[in-house]
Amino acid sequence: MNWHAVAAIFTYEMKRFFRTMGQSLVSPVISTVLYFVVFGAAIGSRIEEIDGVSYGAFIVPGLIMLSLLTQSVSNASFGIYFPRFSGTIYEFLAAPISATEMVLGFVGAAAAKSLLIGIVILATSAFFVPLSIAHPVWMVVFMLLTAFTFSLLGFIIGLWADGFEKLQIIPLLIITPLTFLGGSFYSINLLPPFWKSVSMFNPVVYLVSGFRWSFNEVADVSVGLSLAITCLFLLLCLATIGWMFRTGYRLKT
Amino acid sequence: MMQPIVSVQNLSKTYASGLVALDGVSLDIARGEILALLGPNGAGKTTLISIICGIVTKSAGTVLVGGHDSVTDFRAARALIGLVPQELHLSIFETVWDTVSFSRQLYGRKTDAAYIETLLRMLSLWDKRNAKIMTLSGGMKRRVLIAKALSHQPQILFLDEPTAGVDVGLRKEMWSVIRSLKATGVTVILTTHYIDEAEEMADRVGVIDKGRLILVEEKATLMQKLGQKKLSLHLARPVNDIPASLKAYGLHLSPDGSVLTYVHGSGAPRDIILRLLKDAESAKLDVHDISTEQSSLEDIFMGLVAK
Repeated sequence: MNWHAVAAIFTYEMKRFFRTMGQSLVSPVISTVLYFVVFGAAIGSRIEEIDGVSYGAFIVPGLIMLSLLTQSVSNASFGIYFPRFSGTIYEFLAAPISATEMVLGFVGAAAAKSLLIGIVILATSAFFVPLSIAHPVWMVVFMLLTAFTFSLLGFIIGLWADGFEKLQIIPLLIITPLTFLGGSFYSINLLPPFWKSVSMFNPVVYLVSGFRWSFNEVADVSVGLSLAITCLFLLLCLATIGWMFRTGYRLKT
Repeated sequence: MMQPIVSVQNLSKTYASGLVALDGVSLDIARGEILALLGPNGAGKTTLISIICGIVTKSAGTVLVGGHDSVTDFRAARALIGLVPQELHLSIFETVWDTVSFSRQLYGRKTDAAYIETLLRMLSLWDKRNAKIMTLSGGMKRRVLIAKALSHQPQILFLDEPTAGVDVGLRKEMWSVIRSLKATGVTVILTTHYIDEAEEMADRVGVIDKGRLILVEEKATLMQKLGQKKLSLHLARPVNDIPASLKAYGLHLSPDGSVLTYVHGSGAPRDIILRLLKDAESAKLDVHDISTEQSSLEDIFMGLVAK
């Protein structure tokens, strides 16, 4: 293993994050505060408790997931797309680095960034609602799994995209709707039976449900199923990236 | 040739578009030499070095770098190579120092401040070590690319068109950098379409055209062909035969008897022209004009690629 290279890529990517610290951290904090003001205080005060949890506390896991998903995808896709766009990718291809090492560096950094943001949002939410975390270890497991899985997905998008528009389109058209429809702000048990069945095809439902369970032991689907689906999605992303590197897809002609 | 540092055998590349960029190229590169790959645009020069460096996949053939297969043993092969690309691909927000250190780590080597300092001083970049890349001039950016390529102390350096679009002063500077690299034992392979560059720098010259390596020769051998000169004596009064006193020169008489041509190589005595002219005067030839022609590497090159 070329650990020096993994560390170099990781550090390089993290430096980009800290260089734009303001945008990187302040904007998720502000949007979280807005969510709490609007959904927690203004609307939430008129919503009765869901599964015995106040609405404000109910949306915390959903909010963190929302940020984890979108940040992981955008960080990772931009991280690998930009060297392709600027041409500096030649150096990664010519260096004695394996696909695994490249993915570890880029995806590791993207996941680390979104985890940082997730933690900041968690801390921010503590100012608005009383937080109780029933299963901290599982909470961490779900956060890690989600951050890595969706950073892998972002990496795939960054390799696939051949323009800045394409880089935006998947997050905009697929990730954001899936997250909003994935029970971030409501229990899918509140949906009519038909839409509930449709929701079961949304992988985000399983992520949010498992993550919410780690907070207040309330879940839409069983925790085991949540874990299984998340891991399956992780494997799917890994297999896709493996194929991309084997064939040199969009990397080598 | 002793064990070549780079050995390319029957290398072919067909792009997805169907374009055949390389067609059975075989080439051995000796340790410590400077090899210039000459060829017109689109000849396959960049494809050849891109395959050796691992950024383009080959369609057929083998590449050994320091005895290591470039695909199955890519780590060992690539560790020996530094690549300076044709375009100025750099992370513009980084500082010179950071980007050069980054390259070294990508090659799996620990940061070495002393070595990077030596490198930056050699390339006259030391004063700019803390400058962001975007503030540098084009020439400096090119030197940063060289510094990045040398950051892991490679034994082989590939320079893809190092002086394309570069002014005369900078070209000279680039040449002196390449020479000092050779002095440290680095093998240098450069692609160029400037013939004078090949002439100035190279130990050997390879000519690529339409994906084929049509010639690889010691520059000295090439220069001998290059050194061929033609002297023509134009006569006011045509002659029927070459005068006996001039037979030793091996002259050629034009069919109309008005032009005598003398072809000589770089090995001819220095005063040969004067002697010829004196002998022509003694033979009472009425020379009213003389003209000289020199075959250049350019002629040889154009002759080769036109075939």
